[in-house]
Order: sequence, then structure tokens, then C-alpha cells
Amino acid sequence: MAENILEVENLVKYFKSPRGTVHAVDGVSFTIEKGKTLGIVGESGCGKSTTGRSILRLIEPTSGTVRFEGKDILQYSSAQMRKMRKDMQIIFQDPYSSLNPRMTVSQIIMEPIIRNRLIRDKKKREERVLELMETVGLAERLYNAYPHELDGGRRQRVGIARALAVEPKFIVCDEPVSALDVSIQAQILNLLKELQAKLGLTYIFITHNLSVVYYFADDIAVMYLGKLVEKAPAQELFAHPVHPYTQALLSAIPEPDIDSQREMIMLKGEITSPINLPDACRFAKRCNYCCEDCTKKDPELREISPNHFVSCFHPLD
Amino acid sequence: MEENKDILKTDQPEYVLEIKDLSIRYDTDDAKVYAVNGIDLKLKKQTTLGLVGETGAGKTTTVLSLLKLVPDPPGVITGGEILVNGNDVMQLSKKELSAMRGKEIAMIFQDPMTSLNPVMTVGDQIAESIMIHENVGKEEAFKMAQKMLETVGISGERAVEYPHQFSGGMKQRVDIAIALACHPSILIADEPTTALDVTIQAQVLKLMKDLKDQFQTSMIMITHDLGIVARTCDEVAVMYAGRIVEEGTLEEIFKKTMHPYTEGLFNSLPNMKDRNSKLKPIKGLISDPTVDYQYCAFADRCPYATEKCWQEVPAKRYFSETHMVMCSAYDDPEFHIARGHENG
Ligand SMILES: Nc1ncnc2c1ncn2[C@@H]1O[C@H](COP(=O)(O)OP(=O)(O)OP(=O)(O)O)[C@@H](O)[C@H]1O
Ligand SMILES: Nc1ncnc2c1ncn2[C@@H]1O[C@H](COP(=O)(O)OP(=O)(O)OP(=O)(O)O)[C@@H](O)[C@H]1O
Ligand SMILES: [Mg+2]
Ligand SMILES: [Mg+2]
Repeated sequence: MAENILEVENLVKYFKSPRGTVHAVDGVSFTIEKGKTLGIVGESGCGKSTTGRSILRLIEPTSGTVRFEGKDILQYSSAQMRKMRKDMQIIFQDPYSSLNPRMTVSQIIMEPIIRNRLIRDKKKREERVLELMETVGLAERLYNAYPHELDGGRRQRVGIARALAVEPKFIVCDEPVSALDVSIQAQILNLLKELQAKLGLTYIFITHNLSVVYYFADDIAVMYLGKLVEKAPAQELFAHPVHPYTQALLSAIPEPDIDSQREMIMLKGEITSPINLPDACRFAKRCNYCCEDCTKKDPELREISPNHFVSCFHPLD
Repeated sequence: MEENKDILKTDQPEYVLEIKDLSIRYDTDDAKVYAVNGIDLKLKKQTTLGLVGETGAGKTTTVLSLLKLVPDPPGVITGGEILVNGNDVMQLSKKELSAMRGKEIAMIFQDPMTSLNPVMTVGDQIAESIMIHENVGKEEAFKMAQKMLETVGISGERAVEYPHQFSGGMKQRVDIAIALACHPSILIADEPTTALDVTIQAQVLKLMKDLKDQFQTSMIMITHDLGIVARTCDEVAVMYAGRIVEEGTLEEIFKKTMHPYTEGLFNSLPNMKDRNSKLKPIKGLISDPTVDYQYCAFADRCPYATEKCWQEVPAKRYFSETHMVMCSAYDDPEFHIARGHENG
């Protein structure tokens, strides 16, 4: 059996809000094999970024277990964690606020190299930065540019170069291509795939672009209001989505085809707040197939066929 | 009929927005960046124009200039004219501009945090925008703001939270709620749905369409998602290196694609029928905005380039009243791109 590089068990992250507790991530479990990609999709605000950040302990999870290469890193001291960071990196969703505006492109990329004391020689460090810039397709003239001088695409490349700088084993890619034009998207995705093949990288790939995740991920997890509602290999999920939310999501993919006649499944209105959660299926209020039992208990994630998991009392077929 | 048209023109221009030969440059310490290089654009009433194109092609810079929001320095408008509802934007004072902003033009920014106030609750921010237009008190406006939040898919009870407590997509939706609450006659949406999942995206696009139907709003929709273009736009302009290289109706751009760059964009999309096929980005490096291209900026990446492409900026050529292409390859009347011709 292949080795799991990451095992997440019952991960929980709550935030305080003036009105109560926001259940941002509420008991999420999954595993990823070394060298594979897990795609995470789901409604905006459902807890994807929080999941990614909690795994890296960029924010402290409320409870749960995260095992990286077999070690429970939630028990690590901050000194141990600092060492660990070299292996676990993140490429952020927001290329605007994630780059320090007072640092130049080269300083941003160099920072993790210095922090982890990877290359001591100044000259060699500069060479490494230039090499990384070339890998991600940034022109040399931008070496001393500041983030505000860059368009969205170039900023995202800076973020990718910074993540690659420490030669990590595992990267959380939080919407790494959503700010880019489709040609550069293709370039970056090819680049991430090449790096994966060459360096054996493992990715969590968070995105709203379903055609991209279908292409890029081995397995796809669908989240809704802090929970995993369905998980399956990419092809299986697209061919046989069984959770009503997954079906609605897949039906809403805007096709780049002006003759597309596909029917979109519209979700009913009422929004469930992540603050006062009823003991019921979180999707019940918007589900077109809601039954009585759905409003009385929250379904558990279960395996309905090999590697296909769903949390729904009445999965569709 | 003819006479009628003329009368209309004087009190109400045919276009709500006209950009004529606009050029914008950023003079930074290291280099001059030629962001926008002679753009013409016209927006009709109740029409949605899709603005697509390369990352860094100058889309955001172009729309920022409509409200004189290009940061200066380093931004310099080096030439051109911008008319909004017939008013020359360059001549407007700060006060006049801010009056225009929000009422006539509303903008949804690519970076939602540029327009959201970090120390004000999201509900108060939407309410503020509502009070500009509706004659209602604070409390009433806040209630309306909560409803507005629900329409963009966020529970109304979260109106009391601050932007930093929201996810990326939730912030973007607050930005959208503020813009829509204004009932503007022109809506500029700069990648308004990049952070949204497709079901909420569909909901938001529907809200924009309702706005268009109800208030005859005209829209510029900047996006990289050709699926969104297909679903929402009437017309499309494709930008490359600060120029509009192809422009036409939705049908013309999708079905009679002519510019090699536009073709490259379509070819870059993942093939949903074959997961294992490698993605096919346009070959070569993205254009260098510090070069003042006096020839076709796409030439070194173009599979059809000839000698001529390196000698001059291609002229605008019209293949129909609406379909404009800037490409010298069409000097040869036999020339056609591969797209649409593959199957005979
Ligand atoms: N720092 C914070 N303080 C309070 N609440 C937060 C904070 N960060 C996130 N949240 C809340 O946690 C929930 C999950 O947010 P998260 O950013 O993980 O969503 P997401 O799935 O990444 O959404 P998107 O697709 O919009 O990026 C949201 O309800 C959000 O408001
Ligand atoms: N404040 C600035 N200072 C210097 N250069 C800038 C500034 N703002 C933008 N630029 C540069 O101007 C060019 C056009 O940028 P712009 O943001 O308009 O592109 P865009 O088409 O909106 O790109 P994207 O699709 O990535 O958002 C880019 O090369 C960018 O790096
Ligand atoms: Mg997120
Ligand atoms: Mg932009």
C-alpha cells in the first residue's frame, strides 16, 4: 500500500463572532498519499482555506489530529514546527494581501531561504532567486520591483516562487491560478505537475474552478459549511456525484460554449448560518431532496463504494 | 427615423461610455511600463461588454482610468479621451468624480480590500451605500443591508462582522452587494467572481443580469473565465499587451474567432473529455510591458507570424460592422486560423 504523507482526523476550527461561534471547520478527516493531489472544492466560506491553514498551523486548530509523515504535528512545539515548515508550504489565495508590500520581489522569494538558513552565500542566494524567478516565468527586471507594481498574474508567480524556494514536500495551493489568464493558468498547472513528478511533491489544491480540479487532482473532496460532504477519485466524482450539493455544483460549471444547453440545478434560497447550527444535515434547508430524517440528525461520512465517501442519508445515483 | 436619432444624440449619447485612443504608462524607478497603448472602446446602453486578455494586458488600468483612479505617480495618462454619459472625465473635478462614482458608475474591484473599510462592519458599509440612494434611516438601511447580504448568499446575522472575519469570496460578495445597492447606470466588474464557487457565482451573475434588465445598466465584465463570458456578455474585447486585438459580438468571438491570440486562449482550456491530455498554453513568454511595441506584440509567440508582423503595428481590420481584428496575417485573403477549420 502506498504511504500516506498526510492524515487529518476530526479537524475542528471555531472562530468567535459577535453573535456566537463560527463553525468554520467542523470535524474534517481525510488522508493523502505521497506524491498525489487532493482537490478541495466547495461553497465560498465553507472552510477550505481554514482547513489548509490549520493543517500548516498558520492558525491553531481548535481540536483534531494532523499527522505529517506519521508524526502528530499538532503536538509540536513552535521550535519543532519551525523546522517542519520547510517541508510544508502554502501558496495563498489572495495575491494582493499575501505579499509584504514593503519588500521587493527578490526579498520576498529570498526570505524563506534566509529564515531556514538554506544558502549562506549571498551570491549563491541571489542566483537561486533568479533561478526560481525563471522557473515560474518572472522576468529578471522585476528583481527589485514591489508587489503593487505587478499585475495579478505576476504576483501569484512570486507567491509560487517563494513556496518553492525551500524545496518543500507538501504544498497547500489555495486558489493558485484563479487570478490568471487561461494560458498562464495552463502554464502554471503544467509547471506544478512537472514539479510534482520531478520532486515527488504532494498537494492540497483548493479551487473554485471545477474543470481545473478535474484535470489536476487525483482525488476531490467537496466541502459544505465546515464539513466534508463527498470525496472520491476525480473521474468517479464527475461521473457519479451522489451528494445533492455536489450535483448542483457540477451542474453550475459555466461552459465556454455559447450553445451550451445544460440545465443548471438551482439551489433553494435559505442560507444556513455557520453560527447557530441545527443538529441536522447542513445542506437540508437548500436540498431539493430533503426528507424528514435529514432535519433531525447530521449524517456521517461513509464509504459507499471503494474510495467514494459521502455524508448523506439518501445519496442519489 | 434619421432625425430622431440625431435628437437622441444631443441629450442622450448613443454610448454611455466612450474611450478614444487611450494610452497609459507607469513610470517606475526601474522602467517605463506601457500598460495601455491606444485603446478605443464603446459601451452601449444595457449592454455587457466582456474584457478578456492576458494577465497584465492592462484591463484593470483601463477601467481604473474611467474614474481617474490610476495611481499617479507612477501612472500617467499619455493620451486619449474618456466620455462617461457624454462627460469628459479628464475635465471633471475630484468632487464631480466622487459624485459620479457610486451613482453613475459603480466598480467592483479585483481586490475587494481596496474598497472595503477594515474598521467598519460589513453591514454598515452596505447600508451606507443604500442610504446614498434610498431615503431611509440608518436602522432601515441596515435591515436592507442584511437582506442584500442574503441575496449574495451570506447569512444576514453576519452583518455585524468585520471584513477580516470573512473568507475571500465573502469579502468579494460584500463588494458586489455594495455596488449593486447603488443601482448604477454603468457597472464595472473587475473579475467579480474569481473567489466564488460556481453556484454562488451563478446567483451573483443573475443578480447582475436583473440589474441590467431593471435599470438598463451597462456593464464591463473583466474576467479570465470564458464560460462566464459565454453566459453573460453581449460583446467581447480581447486585450493583449495594452491593445485590443480582437473585438466583436459574443457569437463572432466564440464561433468566428480570428485573432491567433484569441485562438490560443481557447486552446489553453482543459479538455474535459480527456483528463490525461497535457494542457496547451500559448508558447513563449508573456509580453514585456516595458517594451513600447512598434510591431505586433504577439508576433514572437504566434504560430502564423510572417516577416510583416515584425515591421509594423497591425492595422484595425473590420470583418463585419462589429468584428474588428488587429492581425497582419489577414493581408493574405486566403489566411485562416486552425480553430473552426479543423473539422473541414
Ligand atoms: N480570522 C477569522 N475570524 C473569524 N472568522 C473567520 C476567520 N477566518 C475565517 N473565518 C470564517 O470561517 C469560515 C470559513 O472561512 P474560509 O476562509 O476557510 O472559507 P473558504 O472556504 O476558504 O472560502 P472562499 O472560497 O471564499 O475562500 C467563514 O465563515 C469565515 O467567515
Ligand atoms: N502601480 C503600478 N506601478 C507600476 N506598474 C503597474 C502598476 N499597476 C499596474 N502596473 C503594470 O501595468 C501593466 C498592466 O496592469 P493591469 O493591472 O492593468 O493588468 P490586468 O490586465 O488587469 O492584469 P490581471 O489580469 O493580472 O489583473 C502590468 O504590467 C502591471 O505590472
Ligand atoms: Mg479561501
Ligand atoms: Mg486586473
